[in-house]
Amino acid sequence: MDSLKGLAWLLAAQSLGEGIARLTHAPLPGPVIGLVILLLALNFSFVQAPVQAAAEALLTHLSLLFVPVGVGVMVHTGLIAEYGVRMLVVIVLATWIGLAVTALALRAFTPADKD
Amino acid sequence: MQNFVELWVYLSATPLFGLTATIVTYVLAQTVYLRLNQAPWANPVLWAVLVLAALLTASGTPYPTYFAGAQFIHFLLGPAVVALAWPLWQRRLEVRRRAGAILLAALLGGSVAAISAVGIGYALGLPTEVIMSLAPKSVTAPVAMGVAEKIGGIPALAAVFAVLTGLVGAVSAKYLFDVLGIHSLATRGFALGTAAHGIGAARALQVNADAGAYAGLALGLQVLLASFLMPLAYRLF
Repeated sequence: MDSLKGLAWLLAAQSLGEGIARLTHAPLPGPVIGLVILLLALNFSFVQAPVQAAAEALLTHLSLLFVPVGVGVMVHTGLIAEYGVRMLVVIVLATWIGLAVTALALRAFTPADKD
Repeated sequence: MQNFVELWVYLSATPLFGLTATIVTYVLAQTVYLRLNQAPWANPVLWAVLVLAALLTASGTPYPTYFAGAQFIHFLLGPAVVALAWPLWQRRLEVRRRAGAILLAALLGGSVAAISAVGIGYALGLPTEVIMSLAPKSVTAPVAMGVAEKIGGIPALAAVFAVLTGLVGAVSAKYLFDVLGIHSLATRGFALGTAAHGIGAARALQVNADAGAYAGLALGLQVLLASFLMPLAYRLF
């Protein structure tokens, strides 16, 4: 029951976020505004347990949620045939650079954090 | 045989097909992944996507037909972004204590990931709309789509790039961190969530709870930073 209540909180926060995004033409997507709203709502103790149950269920299987979009790669065979190698080079290099910079920066900024 | 073909035509056109195919393929890929002691190259998203794309292509099923069913899973990405409030809130004391370092690393890592994607894409002569679809690739798919739309990219392409980025991160990060001598699991998780969003975070979560929590935190931060700063940066330059 808790996870269902939690899902209700998640959807309510997202709906509110989508509404605000639409009304104010905010640069943030609706779910992101929903995230901030839920962050504020979590200060109320009766929100916490349900949200924990729903969030953990949803985030445990987070990678499943990317499969439908990923399969969409089959639609772009034209682009892939033309630019596939170059696009892959960009993705691989930029991802490695991003990973390395983030990890090295976090380590550099927190000297107390001994490995 | 005739009956079988008719049955297939009927089934493959209902939403039930896309939904069933996605979950069954993913469960199988996940089982193999666990059997192989979670080897990075056995990533369940990678193999589920490859198998499904091959199946659809081989059977001549168009993507929209598949997506009619798969959209029920896709839809949950929105609530999943909202759900990131939980790991963020859970770590709020630690976040407050290390706020400077965490924010700076997220900002630096996120912008370097986006800028290097745009820079390398430009250097390789990719079309502008492809480059603008590559820019938000380190942000989780649904947000990347929204950002791409605002900065002149193709949302559907941006989502695919985001998934590929997540896969590259999940599959190769371990080796990269080993080479760089980064051993702290929290730092590894944080970098994965920053540069390889949800798929990277999912990988971190499977390896270690601490790494997973930091990955979730980084993912949430990146979503906030990128969706706010990227359209702003686009308007300025």
